[in-house]
Amino acid sequence: MKELKIFGIVAVFTLILYWGVEPFAHSQMHKHVEGDNLQYSDLKAVPKGDAAKGEALAAACVGCHSIKVKNMPAPMDALASAQAYGVNPPDLSLAGAMLDEKFFARFLLNPAEVTKSKHFAMPPSAGSAQDAADIVAYFKSIAPKEVTAKEGYEFACGRCHANRYDHWTQIGDVPKTKSNIKTGVDIDALEFKKKLGTYQNKLADYMGKLPPDLSIIIRARSEHFLHTLIENPQSQLPGTAMPRVGLNKEGMEKVFAYLEKTGDPSKPLREETGPKVLLFFFVFTILAFLWKKSMWKGLH
Amino acid sequence: MAHFDENAKPFSHKWMNERLAVDTLKRVLSTEYWIPKNINFLWAMGMVLAATFGILLISGIFLLMYYQPNTQLAFDSVNYTIMSEVGYGWLWRHVHGVGASVVFLIIYIHMFTGIYYGSYKRGRELIWLSGMLLFVLFSAEAFSGYMLPWGQMSYWAGMVITNLFSGGGLHADFLVEWIRGDYVPGQAFLNRFFMLHVLLVPLAIIGVIVLHFGTLRLPHVNNQDGEEFDFEEAAEQYKAGNVKESKVIPFNPVFLSKDVFVMGIYFIFFFYLVFYHFEFAMDPVNFDPANGLKTPTHIYPEWYFLWSYEILRPFSTNVGLIAFAIAQVIFFTLPFMDRSPNVAPASRRGAFKFWFWAMLIDMIILTFMGKLPPEGIWSTIGLIAALTFMALWIALPIITAKEKKL
Repeated sequence: MKELKIFGIVAVFTLILYWGVEPFAHSQMHKHVEGDNLQYSDLKAVPKGDAAKGEALAAACVGCHSIKVKNMPAPMDALASAQAYGVNPPDLSLAGAMLDEKFFARFLLNPAEVTKSKHFAMPPSAGSAQDAADIVAYFKSIAPKEVTAKEGYEFACGRCHANRYDHWTQIGDVPKTKSNIKTGVDIDALEFKKKLGTYQNKLADYMGKLPPDLSIIIRARSEHFLHTLIENPQSQLPGTAMPRVGLNKEGMEKVFAYLEKTGDPSKPLREETGPKVLLFFFVFTILAFLWKKSMWKGLH
Repeated sequence: MAHFDENAKPFSHKWMNERLAVDTLKRVLSTEYWIPKNINFLWAMGMVLAATFGILLISGIFLLMYYQPNTQLAFDSVNYTIMSEVGYGWLWRHVHGVGASVVFLIIYIHMFTGIYYGSYKRGRELIWLSGMLLFVLFSAEAFSGYMLPWGQMSYWAGMVITNLFSGGGLHADFLVEWIRGDYVPGQAFLNRFFMLHVLLVPLAIIGVIVLHFGTLRLPHVNNQDGEEFDFEEAAEQYKAGNVKESKVIPFNPVFLSKDVFVMGIYFIFFFYLVFYHFEFAMDPVNFDPANGLKTPTHIYPEWYFLWSYEILRPFSTNVGLIAFAIAQVIFFTLPFMDRSPNVAPASRRGAFKFWFWAMLIDMIILTFMGKLPPEGIWSTIGLIAALTFMALWIALPIITAKEKKL
């Protein structure tokens, strides 16, 4: 069939063209970074921890952090914390659920070195590897079984990165406020804006610049890039101020689930609609073929 | 004065005929618009293009209802409002984005089909010229549309392309400022490209599509062998019932039935891309909001502009600009650069056969190099391919003048 041969030639050239401008070009433009499968293999192993001992040691944490699952509030609010440290320290309720155990313990011993972030605000907070392991064991014992995607994001990313498509700011959700009906002025919203702006200025001083909003980052960067960046920021952006946060597999999944929800919310409906539309055009094409056959019958 | 039957019922067949000549219109435009029988699926690309343009127009109208041409709001109106708040907004956007890319694939197939079969000669010059005009207008439409989401690539592509108008060594900066309405792309820039994209350029496209169809009517469509025959005689034969012997078929319904079948296959391909492979048409860099203080590491146009971009890039500024300007218009000259009287498939035209495949492959190489960073071996290959492009056009009148008459 001559026509099929012509179609084959067109298809082959189209595929070559696609290969050249997409997979090939991108493989040349971006250096390939091999992930570590969340092994944090540069860090030494730690001994087994004892949660009971850890509980006593963890009492020191609430000097800066809150532990909401234990009803322990933070000593300062987000803004005051940022003024003191540059950034708001995280609530530690989820630390045991989100962080890799080995990373977490090594981090307590030397935060700046383990996060690869030179001026990391937190000082070393464990006397020995055993103490560190005990504290980790304690946080694992108090971590809730179920962590939502948004909670995961808030813990791991949300104090530096806003997500405006989910109305998330570095100091929490944008509050619902009402404007004065006579003037249209919304004092509460303005006050929130001022508070947020002050926090962001402090954060920018601490990080060197304001970390980007991550609303749609899932479409701006490849999944591989984001995965290896979170696992080890220096591998993708040498010199970046972003600390290594040491997420474990579940923690990473929560963060990605949230980024996908805000950056690609149409995915479920897209996957549901796709097969129906294609089926419609399959039927359309079969009917068109039968029509064509009947029209061209007897022409040759 | 025409005769009007006073007893004809309003909007009855007779009433309409007397006022609008509907029967004549139908005959001239469809049932007795004769198409050669000796064709293949490539002859359906015109209708495929018309359908794709229709899809772009309809999806564009839906997007236009929510898009905000404002530098502060544009990015989120596309990426948030349309993608998550508007029901099926994501579908319209992906259809529009994929359509804008695929329409160029079909345009290139359509163009190279014309080149291969010599469908730009002997009475068909205006078909080629109006088609090339459409190519230029579609390019303007694609570029102006690319500005609208106001992402990083919108901003920086806008910066780079408008900079070309300074004319290199001419330093015509006033022209660049005039085009931008500002020193850098900003609100004035976005507004005017919005106007171009949704009004002026589409209007011009619709006008030239009508012209393009008009230029087809008298010389008729070419056929697979470039055979010249008497269309009226063949049409009489067909009408007399000798459909087997006749070399023509009516556009409606015979040719149309094949068009619709090809369109069906095309739509399967198109919607496969829309649902499962849309990212090729939506560059990740453009999902970062425009930032005039942060130049992206790699700036490159969409794939369909890469070949001409690569003709600009390997040379020094002034030479590059001249080469680029030539590349933009050189295809217009094809009917006059081809000195051979033969209207036949390239495979039967001796040296032209090699010219055709060399041009196609050279343009694909240029396309590849246009996206790669201009360093090392890629620059060298790009330079050679750009020079080859020029050399092929210089060679064209010489080899076709020597071509044996078939």
